[in-house]
Amino acid sequence: MSDQALIPGWEVVIGLEVHAELATATKMFSSALNQFGGQPNTNVDPVSLGLPGSLPVLNEKAVELAIRVGLALDCTIQRSVFARKNYFYPDMPKDFQISQYDLPINGVGSLELPDGRRIGIERAHLEEDTGKSTHVGGGGRIHEAGHSLIDYNRSGVPLIEIVSAPDMRCAEEARAYVSELRAILVAIGASDGKMEEGSMRVDCNVSVRREGTSELGTRCEVKNINSLRSMGRAIEYEARRQVDLLESGEKVQQQTRHWNEDDGRTHKLRSKEEAYDYRYFPEPDLVPVEPSDEWIAEIRAALPMLPRERRQRLAVAAGVEPQATALTVERGMDDLAVDTIAAGADATRVLVHVENNLADGVGELTAASFASLVAMEAGGDLTATQAKTVLADLVATGGDPAAHAASHGFEAMDTSELEALVDRLIAEHPDDWAGYVGGDDRERRRKSGFFVGQVMRATQGQADGRIVNDLLARRAAEQGG
Amino acid sequence: MTSPEIPRLSRDDVAHVANLARLTLSDEELDAFTGQLADVLDHAADIEALDLDDVPPMANPLPLVNVLRPDVPVSTEDAAKADAAAGFRAEVLAAAPSVEDGRFRVPPVLGEAP
Amino acid sequence: MSARSIAAAVRSGERSARSVVEEHLAAIDSSEGEVHAFNLVLADGALARADDLDRRIADGEDPGPLAGVPVALKDNLCTRGIDTTCGSKILEGWCPPYDATVVERLAAVGAVAIGKTNLDEFAMGSSTENSAFGPTRNPLDTSRVPGGSSGGSAAAVAAGFAPLALGSDTGGSIRQPAALCGTVGVKPTYGRVSRYGLVAFGSSLDQIGPFATSVEDAALLLEVIGGHDPLDSTSIPEASPDLLGALGRGVEGLRIGIISELMGGPDRAASVEGIADDVRARVEQAAEALAAAGATVEHASVPSTVYGLSAYYLIAPAEASSNLARFDGVRFGLRVDADTAAGMNTATRTAGFGDEVKRRIMLGTYALSTGYYDAYYGKSQKVRTLIQRDFARAYESFDLLLSPAAPTTAFPLGDKTDDPMLMYLNDVCTIPSNLAGHPSMSVPFGSGDDGLPVGVQVLAPALAEATMFRAAAVLEGAAP
Repeated sequence: MSDQALIPGWEVVIGLEVHAELATATKMFSSALNQFGGQPNTNVDPVSLGLPGSLPVLNEKAVELAIRVGLALDCTIQRSVFARKNYFYPDMPKDFQISQYDLPINGVGSLELPDGRRIGIERAHLEEDTGKSTHVGGGGRIHEAGHSLIDYNRSGVPLIEIVSAPDMRCAEEARAYVSELRAILVAIGASDGKMEEGSMRVDCNVSVRREGTSELGTRCEVKNINSLRSMGRAIEYEARRQVDLLESGEKVQQQTRHWNEDDGRTHKLRSKEEAYDYRYFPEPDLVPVEPSDEWIAEIRAALPMLPRERRQRLAVAAGVEPQATALTVERGMDDLAVDTIAAGADATRVLVHVENNLADGVGELTAASFASLVAMEAGGDLTATQAKTVLADLVATGGDPAAHAASHGFEAMDTSELEALVDRLIAEHPDDWAGYVGGDDRERRRKSGFFVGQVMRATQGQADGRIVNDLLARRAAEQGG
Repeated sequence: MTSPEIPRLSRDDVAHVANLARLTLSDEELDAFTGQLADVLDHAADIEALDLDDVPPMANPLPLVNVLRPDVPVSTEDAAKADAAAGFRAEVLAAAPSVEDGRFRVPPVLGEAP
Repeated sequence: MSARSIAAAVRSGERSARSVVEEHLAAIDSSEGEVHAFNLVLADGALARADDLDRRIADGEDPGPLAGVPVALKDNLCTRGIDTTCGSKILEGWCPPYDATVVERLAAVGAVAIGKTNLDEFAMGSSTENSAFGPTRNPLDTSRVPGGSSGGSAAAVAAGFAPLALGSDTGGSIRQPAALCGTVGVKPTYGRVSRYGLVAFGSSLDQIGPFATSVEDAALLLEVIGGHDPLDSTSIPEASPDLLGALGRGVEGLRIGIISELMGGPDRAASVEGIADDVRARVEQAAEALAAAGATVEHASVPSTVYGLSAYYLIAPAEASSNLARFDGVRFGLRVDADTAAGMNTATRTAGFGDEVKRRIMLGTYALSTGYYDAYYGKSQKVRTLIQRDFARAYESFDLLLSPAAPTTAFPLGDKTDDPMLMYLNDVCTIPSNLAGHPSMSVPFGSGDDGLPVGVQVLAPALAEATMFRAAAVLEGAAP
């Protein structure tokens, strides 16, 4: 994926920490609703407000979803223990966060990108979300006076934190990783994966090293990334900053940095020396989680097909490389594609239609009608353009493709009719024809475009461009021979 | 192997933990606490000296595992519970030091969480 | 009058709940000024509740086994709409929006909450002198402390303000004040009683338990508050044990061991220090009484109990340092304002916490901090394993163990307030049960040279409360 180095002579090394909110009905440690955005401080109870005397009780569904994530990422599912991460912050009601520290529920695993590259997963653990503070007054900027208001509706929402190995080498690869991870989380029902709405958040660990060296450089963690696009920008900015430092003889300091979307830069939050002492210790109010083999097997059996398995399945059905099926799977149209191909349709045409003509969804389209449409197209009964029109009808209202074609007045053009038309056009445009026959590849492409255009005009788009091209090639060969 | 020798608790150590714990100490308090805390840690020298490398730590006296709760919200169809929930929010906000628009009001929060 | 007989009289309509409550309010009126057992007396609430119970009884309802019985609640148990201070300025005036599970359970069996009792701030102390609202005095000698941290609950029962009280015990906070005030005090098996709504001190050690004037009343109260609670992950998934049924069964055939390491004395090098001779003599006399009742009594060894104090004073403060972080001025309780949220947190905590709480928060913060965790917190957790193993070995040979509940009888106010370490030594006999998670209880057994009560501690393996109560009942009957 990184054919092209971002900065000549340098390699960028990226590891990502992704937090995703788990799609449970209730919070991680209490039965308050896992819902926020409405009236402030409505979905709260003693636990999510951290009231004195309250105690956490773990949500079974959160554990199940975490195990789904672990299985989807080929992680070791293991005995896990919750710990308290102690630090003061007003949006964290207990002034400690319950997280998993040295014993996460999911150990080492990996994620396969659509291009087949594997990115290592170091761990995927459970933890609770914080509330939300809003700054009021002083121009809304955090460093100016005013005050803050806190809403704990989000407090205690279950999160899974997925930590990758430093296996990515460019922003594009990081984007591919996050996209694939999001697709997996959505596919298994673990999370809605909405980055813009904050239900999925990404922190990037970025370092650089001279090309050809294997030692890792000093890394910086970049926080406050709100979209895939800003992640790419942040990585590129941060890598450039580090390379500039090193090239001017300075050192990279291990820091946590804040991405500022407005000025397009990262800014130092704190250095390693200022690293906070979280005083982790086992959470005494919770007991260890030891998922039984039976439970894990049950969760595994209920897992839906993962994006990589869907790509593989469609690739086999269509006789193409898995990467060529990525868009179809991403659009969730692979079931339709597989069924359509199984009904006898030409696989290449099916994939072309899905990628080019179904961006807005499949609507009423069924595998059977899709297959008959493709058959009509392949048999020359419909041109590509006509097929696209009929396909739009099938999406909108369903029904029989032949009936739709008839209602548009689409009729298969007789090949002999087409041959006559092509011969006439050749005769009418001898110079263009000479260019087609005698020109280089570029000239031939240009002239074939001209002739196809003339045919289309004469037939009002009813002709099949590919057949016209075949005819032109045959005539040229006859002349040459 | 026993733990490496730990230096006696210093005034700076106490100042550091006070800061971590969000407490301010006067000079006299700092002196007094340093002496008192060092006494407790001196008493703990008896366990520092124990060789416990092969002994597992015990976080909790019970052998319980997998204590899980079904993912079921408190029923708001139950009128009594719905009333209790509504009352709960009002009581919580009434007991707060400062509230604005249903949210807890605090002086400006500077900087990000660590 | 015992709780059991009050409930019987009220249920049968022989006595009104109102008369019971009035009688206890009158006792409070006459000497609470001297004792200061309560942070809050719920006079109006208790009377209203009593009237309600009387109405229900008149309607033919049975409110339950504690019908009309006044119960004093330690002021670290959350009571909805009723001040819960934890003896701290930082929670002064705070009304929780919910009830602790034990408070709900008491309400469900007809009990009457009569007041919130004083305690060492956040249950940190052994004399109830660390309360922000002034010390509680021992009703048997008001120049002396009642013990702590549940000193208010112990004093309330000893003074006749309530036949029953609830306390919490993290390192001895029920048993030591029970011993010093001459009442029965029980720390159940960890997980036997729900901690939901108990303001946490040392979460892996805390247990709620009863104070009563008799072993039978203590059994009655523990039965109704015990049993599984889905709101506490560390709650034992079992119904409350039948204790009342065990009381009359005697100790015939039981094997009982006196823990050598907790008896002190010149000839016991491996023992903890500071066990007073008069206390030791009473424990030995108690052992003889049990032998006379048919038990086999011998000396037992639980060697690692001598490390209990050190481990406890690292573990409990470590957990407390985290548990008490939430008192930050944001959502409830005291706020001292400042220019920033962080400054407000610091100002609030500095003004709101007393010295002992600050000491323990700092000690615990230190024990958990980078570079010291393994040596202090980590090591202490391993000592817990040792202690649990040593107890397990001892319980291969014994059904129950015996020791003093407190090293001395009640000491004068102010005696130990200047030396925290000296104060901590009060818990030396009670701490091992908390570290192991085992039940134990203090039973009054005669008095010391000063005429003040001595408590004998009966220790049992996890879940063996019924056996423990059998021995307690025999001791109660044989007490001098």
